[in-house]
Amino acid sequence: MLVWLGVLIAAMTAVLAGGTLAGQASWAPKLALDLEGGTQMILAPKVEGGSGITEEQLNQAVAIIRQRVDGSGVAEAEISTQSGRNVVVSLPGTPAKETRALIQASADMNFRPVLQAGAGAAVPEASRTPEAQLPKPTAAPANSSDQNWITPEIYKQFEALDCDNPSQDKQQRSDPTKPLVTCEPASANSPAIKYILGPVEVKGSNIKSSSFQLQRGAQGAVTNEWAVNIQFDDAGTAKFKEVTERLYQFYAAGGGQTGSDPRAQFAIVLDDQVISAPRSLAVITDGRPQITGGFTEESAKALSDQLRFGALPISFEIQSEQQISATLGGEQLRMGMLAGLIGLLLVVVYSLFQYRALGFVTVASLVIAGVLTFLAIAILGWTENYRLSLAGVAGLIVAIGQTADSFIVYFERIRDELREGRGLVSAVENGWKRAKRTILASKAVNLLAAVVLFFVAVGNVRGFAFTLGLTAIADLIVVFMFTHPTLQLLARTKFFGEGHRFSGLDPKRLGAVPLYRGAGRIRTPEDKPVAVVRAKNTGAAAEAERRMTIAERRLAEKQEQAQQAQLAGSSKSASKEGK
Amino acid sequence: MVNFSTFGNELYTGKRSYDFVGYKKIWFLVAGIAVALSILIPIAKGGFNLGIEFRGGSEFTVSNVKTTDAALGEKAVTEVVAGSVPRVANVAGTTMRIQTDKLTDDETLQIKEGLTKAYGVTDNEVTSTFVGPTWGADVTKQALLGLAIFVGLAAVLMALYFRTWKMSLSALVGMIVTMFITAGVYGLSDFEVTPSAIIGFLTVLSYSLYDTVVVFDKIRENTSDIQASTRRTFAEEVNLAINQTLVRSINTMVVAILPVGAILFIGAGLLGAGTLRDLSLALFVGILVGTAATIFIAAPLYAWLRQGEPELVKQAKRVDQRRAEAAAKTASPATPATA
Repeated sequence: MLVWLGVLIAAMTAVLAGGTLAGQASWAPKLALDLEGGTQMILAPKVEGGSGITEEQLNQAVAIIRQRVDGSGVAEAEISTQSGRNVVVSLPGTPAKETRALIQASADMNFRPVLQAGAGAAVPEASRTPEAQLPKPTAAPANSSDQNWITPEIYKQFEALDCDNPSQDKQQRSDPTKPLVTCEPASANSPAIKYILGPVEVKGSNIKSSSFQLQRGAQGAVTNEWAVNIQFDDAGTAKFKEVTERLYQFYAAGGGQTGSDPRAQFAIVLDDQVISAPRSLAVITDGRPQITGGFTEESAKALSDQLRFGALPISFEIQSEQQISATLGGEQLRMGMLAGLIGLLLVVVYSLFQYRALGFVTVASLVIAGVLTFLAIAILGWTENYRLSLAGVAGLIVAIGQTADSFIVYFERIRDELREGRGLVSAVENGWKRAKRTILASKAVNLLAAVVLFFVAVGNVRGFAFTLGLTAIADLIVVFMFTHPTLQLLARTKFFGEGHRFSGLDPKRLGAVPLYRGAGRIRTPEDKPVAVVRAKNTGAAAEAERRMTIAERRLAEKQEQAQQAQLAGSSKSASKEGK
Repeated sequence: MVNFSTFGNELYTGKRSYDFVGYKKIWFLVAGIAVALSILIPIAKGGFNLGIEFRGGSEFTVSNVKTTDAALGEKAVTEVVAGSVPRVANVAGTTMRIQTDKLTDDETLQIKEGLTKAYGVTDNEVTSTFVGPTWGADVTKQALLGLAIFVGLAAVLMALYFRTWKMSLSALVGMIVTMFITAGVYGLSDFEVTPSAIIGFLTVLSYSLYDTVVVFDKIRENTSDIQASTRRTFAEEVNLAINQTLVRSINTMVVAILPVGAILFIGAGLLGAGTLRDLSLALFVGILVGTAATIFIAAPLYAWLRQGEPELVKQAKRVDQRRAEAAAKTASPATPATA
């Protein structure tokens, strides 16, 4: 058992060491915001129209917020959902006002015609179009596809834009009535592209639904091409028809399939970034366009999801926002650790006082439980991104007491067995058999509490429940794989086996009466007279105890008392075996 | 005091025995009064001192302040938002806490700046929090839901493990008493009820049940073949089990309460109001009350629930009969009983 425990710890250490060497894990557990400092926002998504939010929409919301936060240049942001209703955004430091506004805003999806497209890289300063040759609008733009939208400023912006290394300072929402210069980020099978887009023509809210499927060929046979289908509502259908009529002309004029007029494309824009810019191959009159070309099942699903999300704008209400200065966080951690250490020290002193040398087993067990918990938290921090919060630290500190309880239950059972007059080796075995049941039953209650709280509760409560559950498991491992095997070994040593005064298992101190007393005399259960002591009368109890040995004549009297008092009086062998 | 192991020894053999079961009416009465007070005091005081998470509003915490003058904080707030009534408190050492009604972003930033200047600290030492009034309620709702599920499952678990629903019921009653009294202490002490306090509260309930399971397991062991025994009545066996586990109960309580006490006093003394302190008060009270409730309420209640069972009434009669016979035997001038 001890060997297995060693193997377990070594394995966990090796895993963590491997992770650390690979540069992904770290020896220190990851800290949550309340200890590290930073901002945590808890957002409640609100669907326009007031209907409830589905899990799918919530996941989309997280994806959207993640994109926005990453786009705003904040590193190491963490976004997660909470109990299927809230979105938690954790950012280091204090976010700019614009970032906050951006996070809160509802998703902004719309369709804009493409005016000009180009390779993603910025045009080098030297080869940029000279001032004089910049395109100048000759008239007011007639429609959204009109090249007259391109002013010298817009064009300069377009040339300078670097989509390969997008700058992340853009935090303002674009004006839907004005042209937009933006990027389509690089994807697996296409490089980044930059665009000048015309004003918004169809809004995302005009999308009724979207889906994806394998494309059907002319004969209705399923091909290997994935396609995304959009269905517009009535207003969207009318508008989209108008747009495609115009765009199809560019397509036809540009030579159909082989043409390269970017104005045949319309861009699907989400939060001012192009997610797709298909060409209009036909005039869509029924409001059911199909987008095809180079999709994998995954990318088709992603686009379809994004479109659907655009169809259902979700905005976010900040439910709670907490900005914790790094000073306060660090202080909290220090104090938490200090409190934990003091608590631990007190526990050590108390268990040495109570259990003498046996107390060292408690301390060693606590240390091992601590090591296991630490390793588990560090590994989970790496693999599951678990972060230790202040509530988690509190959970750990509280766990010291509950972990030590397993040992107390066990030791008390051993002492009970010694009181029965057993030798230490068999007392350890018998005590363990009984203690095991109790420990398992009580830890089951603890684990149940931890699991239920973890899955049902929100926020801080989860971090707390997590460490509580984790330590309960660590405790079980330790008591089974360390404490018990250690005691089995110790029971065979002279110091413990013979019940040294400081071993904490001295049969004499425990008042044990050996079952076998030599000379063929075996103690019978009621060998000794029954003495009953009334509660709250310890003085009299001590006196009664002293007198008892010399006053056996009073036995009858005392036994009468026993009946009247209706108390649990018994002999030295009050145990299951005695009955 | 006698040596603790001797004490444990005497409790184990029954030489020293505290009559927990016999005086159950007194304990129940005391518990009843305590629970009634726990309900009445918060009502009389006009409810709990709810934390900002439940009221909603903005909160600033300033660490390492140069002076702890509350007027500075008030001024910093009223300069930005005229007519507001901020609650400024020196929560610990050099930490100030300023609570206001809900502020806009601009106001928050301005006040933060004002506080930084007023207390002569750097920007890093001012923490601001905004909480919507629904947030705390949300946390509590989920916590209560968790609690209900946990209690239900724990009751089933215990009923299955102990094979009697009466143990489940007794354990739950003990837990409910603990719950009320712990809440009552919050009402009395004016500690803020925050989500952290709720966490502590939930832990107390799990601890309370945990503690009860340990004691009940000993009761189960002692009473498993009660029918075949005429040594003690059921109630006496229960009482003996409580006494036999008394040293464990005390040791566990002490060991559990030491780290919690460390948090409570360090949390309260050095760090001021915060997660740690809120959590630890609930735990501190709850562990004390929970341990006591197991001994004084749950176990005696279990004995009381069971002792009316016909089988156990018969068994109690057999015990009386056996004792009467033994008494008759020893009444005659014979040798000491070896029955």
